[in-house]
Amino acid sequence: MAYVAIADRDHEQELHHPKSFVTKYIWSQDHKVIAIQYGITATLIGLVALVLSGMMRLQLGFPDTFSFIAPYDYYQFITMHGMIMVIYLLTALFLGGFGNYLIPLMLGARDMVFPYLNMLSFWVYLLAVLVLVASFFVPGGPTGAGWTLYPPQAILPGTPGAGWGIVFMLASLAIFIVAFTMGGLNYVVTVLQARTRGMTLMRMPLSIWGIFMATVLGLLAFPALFVSAVMMTLDKLLGTSFFMPAIMSMGQQLDYDGGSPVLFQHLFWFFGHPEVYIVALPAFGIVSDLLATHARKNIFGYRMMVWAILAIGGISFVVWAHHMYVSGMNPYFGFFFATTTLIIAVPTAIKVYNWVLTLWKGNIHLTVPMLFAIGFIFTFVHGGLTGLFLGNVSVDVPLSDTYFVVGHFHMVMGVSPIMVMFGAIYHWYPKITGRMLNTTLGRIHFWGTFLGTYAIYLPMHYLGFLGVPRRYYALGNTDFIPESAMTLNAGITISALIVGVIQLVFLYNIISSLFKGEKAGPNPWRAVTLEWQTPDTPPKHGNWGPELPVVYRWAYDYSVPGAAEDFIPQNHPDDETTGMVHKT
Amino acid sequence: MALAVALVLLVVGSVLFHFLSPWWFTPIASNWGTIDDTVILTFWVTGAVFIAVNLFMAYCVIRYRHKKGQLAHYEPENKKLEWWLTGLTTLGVVAMLAPGLFVWAKFINVPEDASVFEAVGQQWNWSYRFPGKDGVLGTVDPANITIDNPFGMNPDDPNGQDDILVSSPEVHLPLNKPVKVLLRATDVLHNFAVAQFRVKMDMVPGLVTYFWFTPTRTGTFEVLCEELCGLGHHTMRGNVVIDEEEDFQAWLNSNPTYAETQAQTGGDAEAGAALYAVCLACHGTEGEGNIALNSPKISGQDDWYLIRQLKYFKGGIRGSDEDDVFGRQMAPMAAILPDDAAIKNVVAYIETLADNPASATIDGDAARGRDIFSTCGACHGLDGQGIWSLKAPRLAGMTDWYMVTQLKNFKHGIRGTHAGDMYGGQMGAMARILTDDQAINDVIAYINTLDETVARN
Repeated sequence: MAYVAIADRDHEQELHHPKSFVTKYIWSQDHKVIAIQYGITATLIGLVALVLSGMMRLQLGFPDTFSFIAPYDYYQFITMHGMIMVIYLLTALFLGGFGNYLIPLMLGARDMVFPYLNMLSFWVYLLAVLVLVASFFVPGGPTGAGWTLYPPQAILPGTPGAGWGIVFMLASLAIFIVAFTMGGLNYVVTVLQARTRGMTLMRMPLSIWGIFMATVLGLLAFPALFVSAVMMTLDKLLGTSFFMPAIMSMGQQLDYDGGSPVLFQHLFWFFGHPEVYIVALPAFGIVSDLLATHARKNIFGYRMMVWAILAIGGISFVVWAHHMYVSGMNPYFGFFFATTTLIIAVPTAIKVYNWVLTLWKGNIHLTVPMLFAIGFIFTFVHGGLTGLFLGNVSVDVPLSDTYFVVGHFHMVMGVSPIMVMFGAIYHWYPKITGRMLNTTLGRIHFWGTFLGTYAIYLPMHYLGFLGVPRRYYALGNTDFIPESAMTLNAGITISALIVGVIQLVFLYNIISSLFKGEKAGPNPWRAVTLEWQTPDTPPKHGNWGPELPVVYRWAYDYSVPGAAEDFIPQNHPDDETTGMVHKT
Repeated sequence: MALAVALVLLVVGSVLFHFLSPWWFTPIASNWGTIDDTVILTFWVTGAVFIAVNLFMAYCVIRYRHKKGQLAHYEPENKKLEWWLTGLTTLGVVAMLAPGLFVWAKFINVPEDASVFEAVGQQWNWSYRFPGKDGVLGTVDPANITIDNPFGMNPDDPNGQDDILVSSPEVHLPLNKPVKVLLRATDVLHNFAVAQFRVKMDMVPGLVTYFWFTPTRTGTFEVLCEELCGLGHHTMRGNVVIDEEEDFQAWLNSNPTYAETQAQTGGDAEAGAALYAVCLACHGTEGEGNIALNSPKISGQDDWYLIRQLKYFKGGIRGSDEDDVFGRQMAPMAAILPDDAAIKNVVAYIETLADNPASATIDGDAARGRDIFSTCGACHGLDGQGIWSLKAPRLAGMTDWYMVTQLKNFKHGIRGTHAGDMYGGQMGAMARILTDDQAINDVIAYINTLDETVARN
């Protein structure tokens, strides 16, 4: 039987229409509901991670003050903060949240290709989160091995949660990866198979390109984490020695022999580095669309942007050991990984130039999404440039394991993707809910977050130059660390607490606007991409009513000379406009 | 507009912060000025890009901000501009990468004339080993590690017999001599880092890793562990003392060889019994302690701990602080013991005394103390019985009022601040987690419960 594209078989498809409240909003197969479920779960667990960061900052800013933050607690806080933020918030929200919501809507599909699998993906993700939360309540509490979970210490006494905590953590990760795989296969197949008529790959919005490539990276990278979680669980519970050499712990010889702790690090970072781009690429894509829409200008160098996403995704698999320059791996690897790492800076820099050049000669509306988008460029430029220090092997040596690293990765994969996340929420909230978010509260949220986070992380780089090590419960008496560094730490803590509190403004805005927000209409930003052209707002189940949209143009026809308005939707036929029409 | 102003101010502010910041590299003390140079080079290249991109963006925000009737310029691509930018970026990247790789090549190739020593990381201490006259380090195996062979030396290896063992977190090195540091860990990952030398490397159990450097000025430089190694990570400190050659040799010769450590005999309890007559007056016939005389129970305490403390008292490392009233009483008593052999003998005698748990005198909330003890137990053992490899003495069943005094002394820097007492320094850092007297009483109350549930050995 000849292959017929999904969009051409639309009338043969029967949409499984939900009937009860439960199937509509809870046990739902609708990608939009699943996206919101992912979003709410990720946000709630992310709030836990935010509170944990506040606790660790209290200890660092004001040591010897809080009796409830002993080293045992502190290392649990940093570990769970990192793990939750990277995996359970950033990955889940960008792919499970935005990926789910945007892929079918931006591509003109009725839903994901495998809706039932998509639903399972969320419930399994929720299970992973619950197992993670459960680890807070097991004897010994959650693991305090650092988010990288390096063996041998992750499973040995002397580390918090080395009994049950680490087992729950590894189990939760394995479950998360199962959930991600179900969702991820769905996103990839949907992008490749379920685009509507006219939506060629090179007409896809960059949001979809970013999410698509990030998903591909995830499908290839997460298995490395999965196997390392399984292997470490075996080492812990069955006494295998995958990662465990012969060692003496707490004055006693253990039964392990012959394993390699460095092997774990290779597996971890083979996942861990692409993970940076699993978070960054969706942010890159989404911010491109935010900039184009709110500057009323086509994204500059679209094709270069697509190729850069593909190049970054590809190279991201051969740079992992730049996390391991001082790990004791064969030092000759340093030459290779420093070279690949600095090469990846080139396509990344191109993306930055093209974002800024999109603003150039634009018609910039400083809406809240635009503020966050520009805030992203600033923070990402900062975080990206400091990456050139750490990626260049010999430059990394004095800075590795210091606060420079903490400052760098928080700027590049903490603050900057979260700026995009916020921008994206302000941008798509009207489509999701039918109401606008409050602009004044949005501006307060932006300024507090943007300036506050910079006040946190810029000084950290300088503590790193000084040589202040990361993952220290307290600095104690260290000759080369002056008293002023302690004052600086207190200042950083105050900034961090302010940034934390500002997020309450955002939460209030999200909730109150649901009821009191100004009605949005179908296309409040006058955007061109398909999700803004749905017959209903919020879109109903099936998204498009009786007929799928047909795409006639690329995703960036803003301010086309001679056109009646400063935007031409993607599904607007050629012959209804005057003037130049860009055909890609 | 506020946004453009903010962007400009952030750029200017960042530049000012950089130039005004008192937080910058420590003055270098090794040959790795080339590493500093690559950092500075990277700084200028990236700094220029940071300023240029953000100022251009601020300009765009001002110049192209929405005005009524304004239309954006429609230009999907500009191949020429894109290739120019790509080319320039590539040049910048090469300018940073090439010197970086050049320095790395020097970093991993150790000079022929470098001498060798080994640094050993073990929760949460450092120790060191130098090859003896044969210039070769003997083989080691974690399976050999015992309290009498903490380095895990292979007893049958002739190369190891003359190895010089430094069982202290402080090591000395000669000035201006290149040195290759072999790095080894016995339990978990550690990282040997000295800020002033600019170099660091992980220590991995099962592997020997290395780096090299040449010390370029004399002085004492702190060693920090920079790979998370568990609860005591932040207290894992050591010193590298850079000496003139002759001072270094004198120091090196003051440390025993492996063969010497193995030839040492244990203490003689019978000889110790006579020496104990002096101790008896305060600590009691069975070493049970006497609260009225502020003398703690010493029977049942680990011998290596008693030996260390007696040496400290005798050497003025402990009991010399003005505020340590009772320690100052102990110091002259310890001074009566003429030499190390006498100390060993008296301790050997103490080990023969009956070990009856001290009675509880401190009230506290043991449940709350249990939470606090989750940190303490990492070194002292969750049963409070002490762990030799962590240099942490027994707590359970010992005199509780004495532990309260000592915790306060540690916390307030009365004990553990002497440069010679680095293990005490660790305890000092840890005692700071006890934020008030109530916390001290609570944790002691919990330790008192340990004795009932866990029998000694």
